Amino acid sequence: MAKAKITFTDIDQTVNVPAGTRVIEVSEKIGAGLIYGCREGDCGTCMMHVEEGWNNLTEPSVLEEKVLRENMASRHDRLACQAQILGDCRVKPA
Amino acid sequence: MMPLRAEPAARAIAKPGEAVEIAPGVHWIGALDPTLRTFDIILRTANGTTYNAYMVRGTDGVAVIDTVKAEFADDFFARIESVARYDEIRIIVLNHLEPDHTGALPELMRRAPQAKLYISTRATAMLKALLKPKEDKAPLAFETVGTGDEVSLGDRTLRFLHTPFLHWPDTQCTYLVEEGVLFSGDVFGCHYCDTRLLNDRCGDFRFAFDYYYAHIMRPFKTHVMDALKLIEPLPLKIIAPTHGPILRDRPRRYITRYRELSTSSFTDQIGNEERSLIIFYMSAYGSTARMAEAICAGAEEQSGLRVSLYDLEGGETQPFVDLIESADALALGSPTINGDAVKPVWDLLSSLAVIDLKGKLGASFGSYGWTGEAVRMIEDRMRGLKMRVPVAGLRVKLIPTDEELEECRAFGRAIAGAISSGEKGRVIDFAELG
Repeated sequence: MAKAKITFTDIDQTVNVPAGTRVIEVSEKIGAGLIYGCREGDCGTCMMHVEEGWNNLTEPSVLEEKVLRENMASRHDRLACQAQILGDCRVKPA
Repeated sequence: MMPLRAEPAARAIAKPGEAVEIAPGVHWIGALDPTLRTFDIILRTANGTTYNAYMVRGTDGVAVIDTVKAEFADDFFARIESVARYDEIRIIVLNHLEPDHTGALPELMRRAPQAKLYISTRATAMLKALLKPKEDKAPLAFETVGTGDEVSLGDRTLRFLHTPFLHWPDTQCTYLVEEGVLFSGDVFGCHYCDTRLLNDRCGDFRFAFDYYYAHIMRPFKTHVMDALKLIEPLPLKIIAPTHGPILRDRPRRYITRYRELSTSSFTDQIGNEERSLIIFYMSAYGSTARMAEAICAGAEEQSGLRVSLYDLEGGETQPFVDLIESADALALGSPTINGDAVKPVWDLLSSLAVIDLKGKLGASFGSYGWTGEAVRMIEDRMRGLKMRVPVAGLRVKLIPTDEELEECRAFGRAIAGAISSGEKGRVIDFAELG
């Protein structure tokens, strides 16, 4: 199975994950500073900033884009409960 | 006990129908709730609470900062009317959208339709959920603001500080630049109702202040520290929170207290380089206790790891919660009685919501007579609390043999190994996270 590395820069930890894993699944276990609310792409609580590897996450859905807009997301912000890891990336809490 | 009636004390500062001036042109327009005994299900309130809202008058209009719980709207509006007309209100600032501060908002917007709302960048979705605007009506007039943004009232300036997760994602503070007043929302607040209203006049509320922090702010310590970095440099004459006394006498003491409460004292003792594992157990016949001791011995072989061993029967839950907050890992042992872990174990596990458990490592073990479900149930709960459970739980049937005690030592070594594998810089495999 394809693997990818995700680094949580706030805690300086890197995890090697199967491609397709959602960021939320990793960040909770590793103790990154992201906080979660609804876990289904609605509340916007888990917004994260992608420092590197923006294109290595799955494309945001129309709903995720709406929630990001409502939460005044800046460029390269994503919801950790929605984004799936396809290749190497570096993220931190937004 | 019958709750107290809202009887004005002889030295009352907050009187019915009157706003209270706390700085030139700055009024308290909140409400007292002296009979409340439980707040939000989770907090005891021995003498009630207050819902503090404020008004700032400038040469160019009036700002209302936060509102009150819906049932207290009449008190709030009466106090507004004692110092301002609704058509003077240009600005409504919402530092936090929880219903105890926004209950009177719809009616305030109806009475002051010209006023514009100012909320934090993370509050939009919450505002829409709260007001449920209809699509065929005019859109809500609001502006989102972040740290450093300002809004002018002519000779007065409101500056915003983005302080998310204190204690909701939407929370912010508002600073009145010219008077040095920080409208801090729930930060520095407490559930304490006193008609004398000011910290240098009212009763001793230190307990209420610490208790509020422990239940509301404690799960977000990292965010508290981030917020303090924004707040500490401000020249401050008054901190005006949304609950409890207005902090005008030496307000900086309360900031110092927040810093103290948000700093781990344990790292001072063991040093930042050392990791900590706490082992708790309950034992009916001594078998789970013997397992705990062997696990402790095995884990202690790992250098750089401080291991502590506690019998849950011998202590209160609260200090144990403090221990877990400072620890990197928690191992919990329980026998199985009637197909379940024992109650003190569940009492401990149900008390952990007030601390940040993310990234902590959990492990479970226990002796059993004939069914042995407790270990798996504890592991499930640990996962539910977002802990990593990388080492499968260890069960021993009845009295552990020497070989089984050696398995316990190996289990302790495996937990210790998993703790050290989380060290910075190393790439961890997802499967290791458990």
